[in-house]
Amino acid sequence: MTDGRVVTKAGLFLGFLKIGMLGFGGIAPWARHIIIEERRWLTEKEFAAILGIGQVLPGPNTMNAAVMIGDRFQGLAGAVLCVLGQLLVPLVIVTALGAAYLRFADVPAVHALVVGAAAGAAGLVLGTAVKMARNIRPAPMALAVTGAAFLAVGVMEWPLVPVVAVLVPLSIIAAALERRA
Amino acid sequence: MSEASLADIAQVFAVLSLVSIGGANATLPEIRRQVVDVHGWMGDAGFADAFAISHAAPGPNIIMVSLIGWQVAGLAGLLVATLAIVVPSCTLAFIVSRTLTRWAEHPAVGLVKAGLVPVALGLILASGVAMMRTASQDVAGVCIGLGTAAFVVLSRRNPLWALATGSAAMVVVRGA
Repeated sequence: MTDGRVVTKAGLFLGFLKIGMLGFGGIAPWARHIIIEERRWLTEKEFAAILGIGQVLPGPNTMNAAVMIGDRFQGLAGAVLCVLGQLLVPLVIVTALGAAYLRFADVPAVHALVVGAAAGAAGLVLGTAVKMARNIRPAPMALAVTGAAFLAVGVMEWPLVPVVAVLVPLSIIAAALERRA
Repeated sequence: MSEASLADIAQVFAVLSLVSIGGANATLPEIRRQVVDVHGWMGDAGFADAFAISHAAPGPNIIMVSLIGWQVAGLAGLLVATLAIVVPSCTLAFIVSRTLTRWAEHPAVGLVKAGLVPVALGLILASGVAMMRTASQDVAGVCIGLGTAAFVVLSRRNPLWALATGSAAMVVVRGA
């Protein structure tokens, strides 16, 4: 699927460094923006499939995706570089923020800035999901699975593990039926 | 607080790493239980602060664990906590990645991948809504959230523009 597409080790590291650095509100929206729209390493479907695998494995879905994308283009070294790149800047920033927050938590502007960033980050994740759905155009049964996953976890607030355990097999069956049709 | 030995930190987060399906947000209750209730490394207020700070910072939400390590055991705690939460799950992802590549031609692998796409979509949508629920407690917050979502859907520009505008707007609205 990646025929012809070559991504160097430096490219992977710098790409994920940028993803980590920009990744306010969680990494997935930024990973999508840079991997698909900016660098064109993967197509929307390839990215969603990798993110899906990352989602059902333990650990952050984007960390797992970083491992798989790194391995796909540059093997073990690529996987390590992608994970390191993604973590490096955020670790420095979060400790600096932690130290600063202890000192300035009472300043209203600081508090408003953090609250505003969090609200924006939520919108970012929401918008990314809508955009991915628009670009992938799921078939009717797949769309029903997406709706069910959203309702169960987002609205009913059911625990994730059993929901995934039920929906993934159903979704694979639906994919098989749709492919046959 | 801070009776934490590095070995305890390593053990707690390495185990969490292997059960944390859905990442830091989905595992949050279990992380809190271990850090606050079981080991008493920090109180509820300290934990809430760590959560807020790691969500205001860029990067994977799992860096909350690094921040907790730093707060209970300094730089060594940060490194140990980070490695413990990252290495086990990444190793598993690497093994799965290799397995899927080896069997890439098998039709079942294609079906599994196709089946995972709609589930992942629904879960991202759900986490967006869950984040909106916690992050946007007033009208301004909801407007900023929806405005940012609209920007992402309608534009290919860097979403950082929308985030910066949202943060600035909140400072103005609150008159801070």
